[in-house]
Amino acid sequence: MSILVDKRTRAGVTPGKGGILHEGIPVFDTVADAVAKEGANTALVFVPPAFAADAVLEAADAGVRLIVCITEGIPTLDMVRVARVLQGKDTRLIGPNCPGIISPGKAKVGIMPGHIHSPGRIGVVSRSGTLTYEAVGQLTARGIGQSTCVGIGGDPIVGTSFVDALRLFQADPETDAILMIGEIGGTAEEDAAAFVKAHVSKPVIGFICGQTAPPGRRMGHAGAIISGGTGTAAEKMAAMRKAGITVVKSPAEMGQAVARVLPSPPARPGVTRGKVSAGAGESPRRATPPTSHGGARRQGRSTAKSRPR
Amino acid sequence: MKIHEYQAKTILAEFGVPVPRGRVATTASAAGGIAQELGGTVVVKAQIHAGGRGKGGGVKLARSAQEAEQAASQILGMMLKTHQTGPEGQLVKRVLVEEGMAIRQELYLGIVIDRKAGLPVIMASSAGGMEIEEVARTRPEAIVKAHVDPATGVRGYHTRKLGYGLGLKGDLLKAAGEFVTKLYRAFEAKDCSLAEINPLVITGDGRLLALDAKMSFDDNALARHPDIQALRDLDEESPLEVEASQYNLNYIKLDGTVGCMVNGAGLAMATMDIIKLAGGEPANFLDVGGGASAEQIENAFRILISDTNVRAVFINIFGGILRCDRLAEGVIKAVRALGVRLPIVIRMEGTNVELGQRMLRESGLNFITAQGMKDGAEQAVRAA
Repeated sequence: MSILVDKRTRAGVTPGKGGILHEGIPVFDTVADAVAKEGANTALVFVPPAFAADAVLEAADAGVRLIVCITEGIPTLDMVRVARVLQGKDTRLIGPNCPGIISPGKAKVGIMPGHIHSPGRIGVVSRSGTLTYEAVGQLTARGIGQSTCVGIGGDPIVGTSFVDALRLFQADPETDAILMIGEIGGTAEEDAAAFVKAHVSKPVIGFICGQTAPPGRRMGHAGAIISGGTGTAAEKMAAMRKAGITVVKSPAEMGQAVARVLPSPPARPGVTRGKVSAGAGESPRRATPPTSHGGARRQGRSTAKSRPR
Repeated sequence: MKIHEYQAKTILAEFGVPVPRGRVATTASAAGGIAQELGGTVVVKAQIHAGGRGKGGGVKLARSAQEAEQAASQILGMMLKTHQTGPEGQLVKRVLVEEGMAIRQELYLGIVIDRKAGLPVIMASSAGGMEIEEVARTRPEAIVKAHVDPATGVRGYHTRKLGYGLGLKGDLLKAAGEFVTKLYRAFEAKDCSLAEINPLVITGDGRLLALDAKMSFDDNALARHPDIQALRDLDEESPLEVEASQYNLNYIKLDGTVGCMVNGAGLAMATMDIIKLAGGEPANFLDVGGGASAEQIENAFRILISDTNVRAVFINIFGGILRCDRLAEGVIKAVRALGVRLPIVIRMEGTNVELGQRMLRESGLNFITAQGMKDGAEQAVRAA
């Protein structure tokens, strides 16, 4: 079943169930019907793996601008075809195999626990689901809110890459710094590092999981595999550090590292940012002065057209 | 999923890819019989999933049926050690007996998914017999690549690019075109993640032949390929991993002493990492997933502690779809049912965390609760 969202959930789509009401929400047989009758512009896909590629293509064909695909286990060659069809189209796919996207206090298209988030100015992008919750939990506990958190998915082929998300965060006037959470397998983090070096002026903090993963084994995610000696955490961390990204070794230090690069504590009465203990973990490689934020804002290229706002 | 060389060659032959004549045997006498049928010089090759079999003594040349039988008796039953098997080696249960031949040149041909391009890529190299990763490191210019758009499939221009890149001409260029096309069709039709012919040989009499063949398959696509599923060899996998796969659990056995149970692959990897940072070694990777039932948690727990190296367990859960109360229920049931004596450190966060923590407290069982994953990892490492 797919659910189409326009701020609020407006329609459901399940072939054969068209015409019924599910918890007060009208259900349609096709995405095209839902778009025509309810004007939905966003689709959240929970369809089982064997049919999920079809559901994504259907939503794109119906003119849906943002498609978030939660489904895990879609055959890779199905995604090759989907990615090829979406190329050059005005549709953004997030996922598959991801928790979705949330702009706290504004909109959520996904399955993440909303209550751990808080509105703020940090952008979070990650290949993992629950590890993103961990990162967000650490930020919120320190009184650091998030502008948008996007899970791009743990599959080898995904609709939105780190580079896509970083480009949007760089252009987003509501984002001051970016937390990027990668994992072993592929070279998406290396590509992201090169992009950060060339195009991102906002501070970027990074963590790579799978530092202890054995080579040649698929670590849960279809995309998390060190093959032929490439895709290791060490390579990715080195590439990110070289690009000026503050890389933490411990997943427990993500929130702390973000706190360190922020110019001043957010003005939120009643919430303390937590003490940053000296000596724990790594010191940030790049403490960006506050002026660079203004610079980033002045650049202001607005490519965030398909953000769910 | 990986398969054996002889299985890969059977699939390739169905798609018309030229492979040497030969058959698989499980006994030395059967191997001798196959050598007799083939006549002349034969090659006896150990069938295990790991690469590097030749260097480990798993591939032997035999000039007669008697020699083939003798070679097979040496290889069958051996613990074959290669750079991919680990120090204990892998038991050889089958040998492939194939015709020997004169070889003029060894080439490389492989197809994988290029994640960055989002397309399958065919790679060819004149450095046959070498690992492609090694060639990529030392002589990247020796690799010719052609990306294939699924809308068109493999076309003449792809195969010409690859063939000319290998320095082939005339009939061999044409034969290479057909070879590549058939290999790509097999790759696509069977949802491969890898189809590799290394070496692809030009024989003394000018034919192209897949001397070796390696295929692995996209686990996500296995549901639509029952024929491929039937080729799974459980002897090649760790027994605990086989059991875990029956309960749809993502479990990978490692060598440490701190067992861990986590929801979500990324958090599970991060948990292994933080155990290491806390001075310990993770005993496993275990992702119980988002939709885990109490029964699945119980099974996961049982598999986790059947690893005799495990001295302490660290449960790290950030509840999203997986509710903390359901996790607590499963853990409590498992600990009671299995009479677990090991120290268990639990860190829970997220959906229904208060309810889950109350259930753990009121269970009367001796759980160690942790504040955050760093604290949890440190407590578990101390307890191990």
